[in-house]
Amino acid sequence: MELLGLYHYWVFAILLMTGFYAVVAKVNLIKKLIGLTLFQAAVFLLYISVGMVEGGDAPIFTADNADSLFSNPLPQVLILTAIVVGISTTALGLAIVVRINEVYGTIEEDEIQEIDRR
Amino acid sequence: MTVVFSMFLLTLLLITAIAVVHAGNLFVAVMLSGIFSLLLALNFFLLDAADVALTEAAVGAGISTVLFLGALSLTTDREKSPSPHRLLSLAIVAVTTLAVIMGTLDKPSFGDPEAPVQVHVAPWYLETTREAIQIPNVVTAVLSSFRGYDTLGEVFVVFTAGIGVLFLIGRHSGTKPQDIGPPHGEPSGLRHYLIPRLIGRMLVPFIMLFGLYVQFHGEYGPGGGFQAGAIIAASIILYALLEGEKRALQVLPRSVLVGMISGGALLYSAVGVAGMLMGGNFLDYSVLLDDPVKGQQIGIILIEAGVGITVTGVLLSIFHAFAARGRF
Amino acid sequence: MNLAYLLDILSWILMTAGGFFVFVGGVGALRMPDLYTRMHAASVTDTVGPMLVVAGLLLQSGLSLPSVKLLGILFFLLLTGPTASNALASAALLAGKNPEYARRMDEPADGEKAE
Repeated sequence: MELLGLYHYWVFAILLMTGFYAVVAKVNLIKKLIGLTLFQAAVFLLYISVGMVEGGDAPIFTADNADSLFSNPLPQVLILTAIVVGISTTALGLAIVVRINEVYGTIEEDEIQEIDRR
Repeated sequence: MTVVFSMFLLTLLLITAIAVVHAGNLFVAVMLSGIFSLLLALNFFLLDAADVALTEAAVGAGISTVLFLGALSLTTDREKSPSPHRLLSLAIVAVTTLAVIMGTLDKPSFGDPEAPVQVHVAPWYLETTREAIQIPNVVTAVLSSFRGYDTLGEVFVVFTAGIGVLFLIGRHSGTKPQDIGPPHGEPSGLRHYLIPRLIGRMLVPFIMLFGLYVQFHGEYGPGGGFQAGAIIAASIILYALLEGEKRALQVLPRSVLVGMISGGALLYSAVGVAGMLMGGNFLDYSVLLDDPVKGQQIGIILIEAGVGITVTGVLLSIFHAFAARGRF
Repeated sequence: MNLAYLLDILSWILMTAGGFFVFVGGVGALRMPDLYTRMHAASVTDTVGPMLVVAGLLLQSGLSLPSVKLLGILFFLLLTGPTASNALASAALLAGKNPEYARRMDEPADGEKAE
């Protein structure tokens, strides 16, 4: 059980680095953005995992959970807003990629640098 | 039992993430990332975060997929060049993963009620919500009242991102605005897509009704402006996909959308200023009415409405900006 | 007391059966040879599977608000699942993918089909 106690954090670590790999190793700009969303998702998972309390309820009061233990509402609030902000900034990134494609005719990073060097 | 299930879901999440990065076709990667978002939403639900799960399902699996597909249709869905320095990146990533895992070893065990993060402000939020605001959903209370400044900032980030997208690709000079979605392409497409169109048309009002329920039920159950905005935007995007972008623009023209983007943010700030004018601090809702508790509740409803309006406006404007640039 | 016990057993049987059908659908989607047969197998997961699972859950929740919500979820699943399958299949057909498994069965090898 002690070993499983950190499983969520390990999943977070691997997810984070999967996204990181896509950002640093992939040349395609849209693939980089997908990697960035994976990276974000990993951070979301970390926050929500940290806020979870074993045996707790979701932090919503109902008629019959007056005395029960609640999970931490604060990380949930932070991530709730972060998800919507995340999609807006991703859309901004996609808009930049679309403009780059219109100007350079490609979304591969190395080809763009090749064109710039000429 | 739940432990086994959540570990299963987390492992599935990892496999999907690796498949997303590995997929050579960007179309496949985007579809897989939709599945990834749904799995993530399920994990959030198991981790007691119903509000976050609702948001992730609506935003990640719904709107994000549509936006990525829109961008793909404007660019290309093939990843051309293989990654250079692949081994070097893999090595760096492996070392960093090990470093992060090393870091987690010092963390308190998962779900520990005595962990430092659980004992500091969370109990105060839970108790004060019960006394001073008296609404069941603590997440909504913290979001819109205790951390109203933060949420105002987030709304303005969404606002700025929306304006930025409109600046970058909002003007459609050079390219002709065209319809996207199933009805484009050969005319025979219309006949072949009859069933999805009919069912989709039937579903749109239900989705919108659900969005409004989520908006106005946010104080009592999972929900609020961010989720409702995403759901309502999703319903109108579905309508645009079914009936063509022009029909959707007749329902909600661009000028109305721009008005919604700024109007929601303005409504939020106006509630804050109203608090100041009535003798309280900025975004202090207790002074809005004679009864401080009622004032808090009114303030929360108003600013949630502002959040919902802005998020709907921004997401729809972004969608239309991508759709109008289409050159099929 | 006894009836409740019986209902519990029945609901678990229904849910396990639903899970089994979902599993079969998943195996079919992986093992079938081409797109249309795969979709045929996968459609089990959005019809029979949820119907059985929701029936089991209904027995657990009894006459209450969650039951109404469950029925609503089932209604929308049954409405959207087949529609999505239909959209996928007609998109594949329009893109020029023919259901050619039946034809391929009659031919000895893939190589000779190119003629």
